[in-house]
Amino acid sequence: MTPPYPPSAAPLDLLYSETEEELRTAVRSLLAARCDAPGILGRIESGRPHDPELWRTLAVDMGTAGLLVPEKLGGQGASHREAAVVLEELGRAAAPVPYLTSAVLAAEILIGCDGPEATELLRELASGRRIFVPALPLTLAPGAPLPPPVRDVGAGVLSGTALSGTVMAVADAVAADVLLVLADTGLYAVPATAAGVALTPLVALDLTRPLATVTLDGAAGTRLADPATARAAIAGALLSGAGLLASEQLGIAEWCLTETVAYVRGRHQFNRPVGSFQALKHRLARLWLDVASARAAARAAADALATGAPDAPLTVAVAQAYCSGVAVRAAEECVQLHGGIGMTWEHPAHLYLKRAKADSLALGTAGHHRGLVADFAELPAP
Amino acid sequence: MTAAGQAAAAVTADQLLVRVRELLAAHPPAATGREDFLRARFDAGLAWVHYPQGLGGLAAPRSLQAVVDAELEAAGAPDNDPRRIGIGLGMAAPTILAYGTEEQKRRFLRPLWIGEEVWCQLFSEPGAGSDLAALGTRAVLDEAAGEWVVDGQKVWTSSAHTARWAILIARTDPALPKHQGITYFLCDMHAPGVEVRPLRQITGEAEFNEVFLTGVRIPDAHRLGAVGQGWAVARTTLMNERVSIGGMRIPREGGMIAPVAAAWRERPRLRTHALHQRMLELWVEAEVARLTGERLRQQLVAGQPGPEGSGMKLTFARLNQEISGLEVELLGEEGLLYEDWTLRRPEIVDFTGRDAGYRYLRAKGNSIEGGTSEILLNIVAERVLGLPPEPRDDKDLAWKDLAR
Repeated sequence: MTPPYPPSAAPLDLLYSETEEELRTAVRSLLAARCDAPGILGRIESGRPHDPELWRTLAVDMGTAGLLVPEKLGGQGASHREAAVVLEELGRAAAPVPYLTSAVLAAEILIGCDGPEATELLRELASGRRIFVPALPLTLAPGAPLPPPVRDVGAGVLSGTALSGTVMAVADAVAADVLLVLADTGLYAVPATAAGVALTPLVALDLTRPLATVTLDGAAGTRLADPATARAAIAGALLSGAGLLASEQLGIAEWCLTETVAYVRGRHQFNRPVGSFQALKHRLARLWLDVASARAAARAAADALATGAPDAPLTVAVAQAYCSGVAVRAAEECVQLHGGIGMTWEHPAHLYLKRAKADSLALGTAGHHRGLVADFAELPAP
Repeated sequence: MTAAGQAAAAVTADQLLVRVRELLAAHPPAATGREDFLRARFDAGLAWVHYPQGLGGLAAPRSLQAVVDAELEAAGAPDNDPRRIGIGLGMAAPTILAYGTEEQKRRFLRPLWIGEEVWCQLFSEPGAGSDLAALGTRAVLDEAAGEWVVDGQKVWTSSAHTARWAILIARTDPALPKHQGITYFLCDMHAPGVEVRPLRQITGEAEFNEVFLTGVRIPDAHRLGAVGQGWAVARTTLMNERVSIGGMRIPREGGMIAPVAAAWRERPRLRTHALHQRMLELWVEAEVARLTGERLRQQLVAGQPGPEGSGMKLTFARLNQEISGLEVELLGEEGLLYEDWTLRRPEIVDFTGRDAGYRYLRAKGNSIEGGTSEILLNIVAERVLGLPPEPRDDKDLAWKDLAR
């Protein structure tokens, strides 16, 4: 019988190009110099987890904020493939910068809005000088119903827009210059410092991607799109975000595997390196296999998004269903195989475990994405 | 033109296509006998294009084989039934090419490729499976006759009942440590003293054999590589074996997941929530395994082979076992049935067109044959991840002094 899903037009390119490898080298050396674990922990303890200087270099000087934005709109005119490489490296460093939220999710929403106001904002976003964050819960998944929009209680009144409502668990909101708010009358750009906007930081599981509750009480904003356009733009952004999150998860898993292998080679117990015990070797060999597979899945998602492949939604769902589990398992193995030191605050393993676990809820759980696979592949539930 | 390097640089896809069309014009498949066509194809250098001239190839890049195969298939040309002669093509041939004398290459490669002579592999023994180098089959040189006399027992031998030749490793010096006293031979399966007995498996079929070797005489001219160098030669064979097991290209929802997905779509009454979750997990893993294999293939084509190949066999073994286990459960009362327990002797192993019970039982071998999953995990851990080997005390001991 004919498979029900749309066939791929061309085989996906699952390798890294030379340009992508150059971009990786640049981002990796920046992070090696400017984003070490003690620094991340210091910021967390100071109560300001984001690193604005790191963001400035990464987003403004290196121009990565605008990778997904067309050149004529001030961006780099690159694609999801390059953004995926940046996210791999940011995952590998557990870097506290709002890349996924501003450079991916907000950028895709603004690209989907396609009006003069959105275009102008996209230029600002691409420059990296202002951070844009969608006022949506981080758990919002492609294919899931959108949360109830905030209400525009000012409609028809002379004063114009007056947005009111609450959105839970908004990632990176405290770093935002501009919030993108879905209201019943459309999509709005609301300055984070505007009157009537309150950000309440939450104590988040993931220390490196802070969450806040966004409360709007009669806030004014610029309307960017009508409700239907806004919903379509958000749906597209969630698809891209989920597909590219797989690359962040790959980066997390890679760091955990590499660190753990290095540790068990050097750590001696019973007069042997613990890495010579078969029980540990087999666990790490299986983990390596999972990471190699996660790389193929994440690359497939990035390439399918970049080329607009007809089966991109299926490829993204497969990547999310697979990679989030691999990242969590890699981080869990990292903690376990480091023994006692893996349970401490000063060893960075916990930063990766927390990021991996939070990422497994972000943009849809593996279970949600398996449900999407069931739809795309016509394998219905009972 | 003498150097193979020059030839490799010179042969292009277009030139190969010209040769294919010349072959087809001189030997129209519709009017030519199957073996005659295959002989002509071999002699035209279009059998395995990366092999040297005169040995079925043109020293062309290996990647161009696909161009030739596609063109011949489109013309309706017969193939050499690679599944029936897989051991010869995948293991014996590359080893003979790497280590054989000119005379051995000319004698063996042509009938091997055409399929006139089937090959099998006499490596594993009842006492030496994963620890293959511990093998005890003896080969003693009869200097006067210039022949080796071989005694011992081999096991798990696919195709022994159809094979004309075997690749064989035997111990030629028990006083040396186990890896050093081994020599590699090409053994005539029709020689006196070779006895093949079917070995019935958990599927009920006898796909493998036991082979008993009693005073079998092998001329020294059929030794492959130097005396005592058999382990190095065998490693070439084994590396090629694992490549051929893991290197298959499959379409989305190909392989073992296909019948499960089809049953799910066609028979709603079989559906439960628990089975649905397991099936979706395995569907995703099968798709990711397909992408991983595709990525590996793209790496090879780009000339950047990655270590992922070492892991593909592990992945497929586990997936085949989990998927076939799910399939038996999914089928309900039908899963309680089995197609046929009578002793049968298949020429090839084929998972398609068989029932779920057969697939479940046969897949158990996937994590044992061609290197157990445990051994392969050690290889990945040590060669890919660089983890230290476990301490070993058998490396420097004479084979005859090892505990058995």
